[in-house]
Amino acid sequence: MDFQVVVLAGGSSKNLTPLVSKELPKPLLPVANRPVLSYVLHQLEQNNLKDLIVVVEGEDTALVVGAWISGTFIDRLHVEIAAVPEDIGTAGAIRAISHHLTAKDILVVSGDLVSDVPPGAVAATHRRHDAAVTAMLSSIPVSGPLDSGSSGGKDKAKKLGRYNIIGLDPGKQFLLHIATGAEIEKDARLPKRILRAVGQMEIRSDLMDAHMYAFKRSVLQEVLDLKDTFQSLKEDVLPYLVRSQLKSEALSNRTPQGEENGNEKVTSQNNQVFVSRILANSSTPSFHDHSSENPDGSASTRKTHKCCVYIASSGSYCVRLNSIQAFMDINRDVTGEADHLLTGTSSDPNNNIGPSPKLGTKTTVGPHCMLGEGSEIGDKCQVKRSVIGRHCRIGSHVKVVNSVVMNHVTIGDGCIIQGSVVCSNVQLQERVVLKDCQVGAGFVVTAGSEYKAESLARKEK
Amino acid sequence: MGAQKKSATARVSEDQEELARNPLQAILLADSFATTFRPITLERPKVLLPLVNIPMIDYTLAWLESAGVEEVFVFCCAHSKQVIDYLESSRWSSQPNFSVTTIESHNSISAGDALRLIYERNVIHGDFVLISGDTVSNMSLTQVLQEHKERRKKDANAIMTMVVKKSKPSPITQQSRLGTDELFMAINPVTKQLLCYEDKAEHSKGFISLDKTLIADNPSIILHNDKQDCYIDVCSQEVLSLFTDNFDYQHLRRHFVKGLLVDDIMGYKIFTHEIHSSYAARIDNFRSYDTISKDIIQRWTYPFVPDILCGSSAIKVERQGTYRASDVTLSRSAHIGSFTFIGQGTKIGNDTKISHSVVGEGCTIGSNVTIEGSYIWNNVTIEDGCQLRHAIVCDGVIMKSGAVLQPGVILSFKVVVGQQFVVPAYSKVSLLQQPTQQDSDEELEYADNTSGTGELRYKLNGDIAADLSETAYELGTGGVGYIWSVFEGAQDEEWKHSVAPIPKDKLVKLMLDKDEDEEQLTQDGNVLSASGELKADSDDNGSEDDDNADSRDDYGFFEKEVEATFLRAVHENVKVDHAVLEVNALRLSYNMASVDCAGAIFYSMMKLAVESPHHSASELHRNAADIITKWVKLLKSFLHDIDEEIEVILKFEEMCLESAKEFAALFPQVLHLLYDKEILQEDAILRWADEKEGADESDKVFLKSSEKFVQWLKEAEEEDEDD
Repeated sequence: MDFQVVVLAGGSSKNLTPLVSKELPKPLLPVANRPVLSYVLHQLEQNNLKDLIVVVEGEDTALVVGAWISGTFIDRLHVEIAAVPEDIGTAGAIRAISHHLTAKDILVVSGDLVSDVPPGAVAATHRRHDAAVTAMLSSIPVSGPLDSGSSGGKDKAKKLGRYNIIGLDPGKQFLLHIATGAEIEKDARLPKRILRAVGQMEIRSDLMDAHMYAFKRSVLQEVLDLKDTFQSLKEDVLPYLVRSQLKSEALSNRTPQGEENGNEKVTSQNNQVFVSRILANSSTPSFHDHSSENPDGSASTRKTHKCCVYIASSGSYCVRLNSIQAFMDINRDVTGEADHLLTGTSSDPNNNIGPSPKLGTKTTVGPHCMLGEGSEIGDKCQVKRSVIGRHCRIGSHVKVVNSVVMNHVTIGDGCIIQGSVVCSNVQLQERVVLKDCQVGAGFVVTAGSEYKAESLARKEK
Repeated sequence: MGAQKKSATARVSEDQEELARNPLQAILLADSFATTFRPITLERPKVLLPLVNIPMIDYTLAWLESAGVEEVFVFCCAHSKQVIDYLESSRWSSQPNFSVTTIESHNSISAGDALRLIYERNVIHGDFVLISGDTVSNMSLTQVLQEHKERRKKDANAIMTMVVKKSKPSPITQQSRLGTDELFMAINPVTKQLLCYEDKAEHSKGFISLDKTLIADNPSIILHNDKQDCYIDVCSQEVLSLFTDNFDYQHLRRHFVKGLLVDDIMGYKIFTHEIHSSYAARIDNFRSYDTISKDIIQRWTYPFVPDILCGSSAIKVERQGTYRASDVTLSRSAHIGSFTFIGQGTKIGNDTKISHSVVGEGCTIGSNVTIEGSYIWNNVTIEDGCQLRHAIVCDGVIMKSGAVLQPGVILSFKVVVGQQFVVPAYSKVSLLQQPTQQDSDEELEYADNTSGTGELRYKLNGDIAADLSETAYELGTGGVGYIWSVFEGAQDEEWKHSVAPIPKDKLVKLMLDKDEDEEQLTQDGNVLSASGELKADSDDNGSEDDDNADSRDDYGFFEKEVEATFLRAVHENVKVDHAVLEVNALRLSYNMASVDCAGAIFYSMMKLAVESPHHSASELHRNAADIITKWVKLLKSFLHDIDEEIEVILKFEEMCLESAKEFAALFPQVLHLLYDKEILQEDAILRWADEKEGADESDKVFLKSSEKFVQWLKEAEEEDEDD
């Protein structure tokens, strides 16, 4: 398809401490016992997007992630691993690997996206409109523990946060306005200029920018060159492109470096616009073409570019793993309502319970649970809506509810774990009670201790 | 004019059951409370002006009748006598099932006044249609009434339904084809509730602001720039009482609608109803007069078209939209082009060409005349060889041979244009002199309307000829009439609302301007957006500015007010106590703290010092000292605690950096002065110094320059302690 995919996999995300560590960077954080990155890679593979650059923060992370990818996807994907310094932002990361980009269009995906939205559809939308950028929008995920209690519905409504304020054209094809971050808490300021060109704009606050973008490579590179203060694709580059879509600086101020490609492009541009119009199935040209016309009907020198959207259908699943809450939610959903994400991921089809579960007597493992390979559970335990990793040893009379337990965890008798994340190699001694806690890798919780809403981790040496 | 009306109006079939309980009522405002049709409206009310040879009000009444309205209250104000006389002599006075009642007022100056008066009369008993007498429509009210009623049943706060229609303003002029300014409306797509209405949007701003609570409450909002307000409203009785409760509401849209939307009074809601295939438009200015006339001729307003509305006089529609009355005397060589209306008894001479125009009754048009896109009313005489392009020519005008009207000319009643005279483009010519008041000011629009007409009506009865004989032959030899001068500033706007199409060069110029504007706006946009992109160059104030842009704005206004108050106090020698009171009043009305007052007063004082003449730094210092000495009491009455004193210092710093850089060098001296005058206590200065200690280097410029003084203060304090 001549699409190059950049997967921004990140590294040690601060939001996710103490879950992530040097040994376990964010891309490898297990979601239903499988690294979160695998979900994206799997989706890309399914959509035949096989030319990948995985960008991670830090050389160490690159080694770890690289080792995993080459182990898992070696024959199936063409993957390059690129390490970039930490804290340079998503735009910075792309800038750093800019020289690797060669394809006509670039698909940028966040490595922490767990979604069943086909990236190929986003790419196709992008191509159809010959857009400068296409962003994938999805409905806002329901967050928070989904208790089976009765008040679920109400809580759901309340917890719908607002992530973006998005302006769309009446056909819901073009992105006309986007407000992110702190801006959404203020009064929305909508550009009249674009409004005039389009006539009407639908303002939605129930959609979220899911951080999957298709960019025209030339545009992306030029924006990054021109605006060297841009740090984030989501908060700087995308809003900039949206804002300037009727007066495209990115296309008019061509830098000399882009010349050789540029010439070719200019000659073919008219043709392309024409083709794209046919492809877009639109009998009337889009407002972009209108607004670049002079009163006498001739096309002016003003350049416009298109910012398109692909709106995921309301039933699709799309969540980013960018907070501990999201981590919990995704684990819950992937084992529960969104379990189709798991089927077909070819690494190991151990659906819910691993191949050799050793369950004690009178132990119940409820639905929507996952039990990794080689884990053992003692007598009279209860596991509900939880994910338990590989090779865990769980004693007797243990209750695990709404929790995630990673690999090689030892849980002593009589522990109660609710709404918590227990990382690898943690040792919980007897009668530990954890409620809404996160326990970092390798931590030892002493017998009988009780914690509520705390984050426990080994001190960094 | 009234003689020819006999209706054969097709009744739109109505679902009467819903409406049967209460007769459907309508309020028709036969006064636009505006001056856009001057000078014509000085002599005849706007609703009686002929629109394709039929008074506008007839279109409105005919539509109301057909739409099932049973009782119409016609509110007349300006020229009320003429309106009442016309209605009494017309067919409307004797229709079965359709009663037209006039309500007369002589002192109403706005739609608000009119509705208040109607409320007092207590004649409206249920939902009613509110419309002005210059509206042309053929829409059916059934659906909108039903929607309105159903909403009312569910939510008693849904008191009004506005009719809107799609009409995209031109991207270049940003005005609709009716010549009205662009309108931004935010509508909830599901409930159709109107959330925001911006008609006089500030052009300088490149943004439409939507309140964050709106976005929080409505997950989806559609912001429209492509809708036109038809000025047809279905209202519940509450609307009238709201006008009475809010006696400052004047304008239906600007005050009432916006008032409800912005202030959220009692949770009242306004909804919209969009019409798609039917016609509705209001004649707001000369351009809409032109557009709507053309629409009528092209039969968009069917059944309200001339041949049906005045059935008896046998107006025939011919090919290419030419309407001709039966007894027109037409020379063989005359050429009547497409979309033209020729009224009864009109004579047209040889080789005359008329196209896209309306010619009224009893006109005499000579030979070799060219008329294009013009509106010629009744009994007009146009002699040989005249040329008219895109002009409006009122009753009784005489154009002598060879006279030329350039595009956009308005000739009011009985004007005489001299031989070979060329009336320049966009001129408005009247027998009446231009009222002397400047009415370009929006605010004065209402007040001025009545006073103007009153005075002029008197003049009309007096001897015009005598009046004119002395003054001007502005219209060439034998010409009678005054060419009104265009108000300054309005000159550029004249073409916008004229009957003439917008000239090409204007469009090109606008286009270029717009490009420039946009460039500016894009840049503004960059600065305004909160994203991190510009952090590099606006680090010091960008982010902060953005956070409290709103409160800043408020503060800006407050500061200006305080400054004005202070200057007045200085110039008029107002007593300090009074000044304190005034500033306090401002503080309350702007909801500011006394810290802000102190800052603002100090700012005004220093600004005055800078603005008074001075040649050197020492003189400036002296100025400042004088002012501070004189007004120390005013300032001190807002300095109650140390925080406020610190605010003064900070304000001063800010001034030195921004508005009054001249003070930068004098910073320590002025600080000392303030200390001497006991405006600032040493504690305040020391606290300020402490606070600044941790600041950036750039922030410490003034601290450094006054280091000595601070040092001295510190030592003095220590000595005190020692003692």
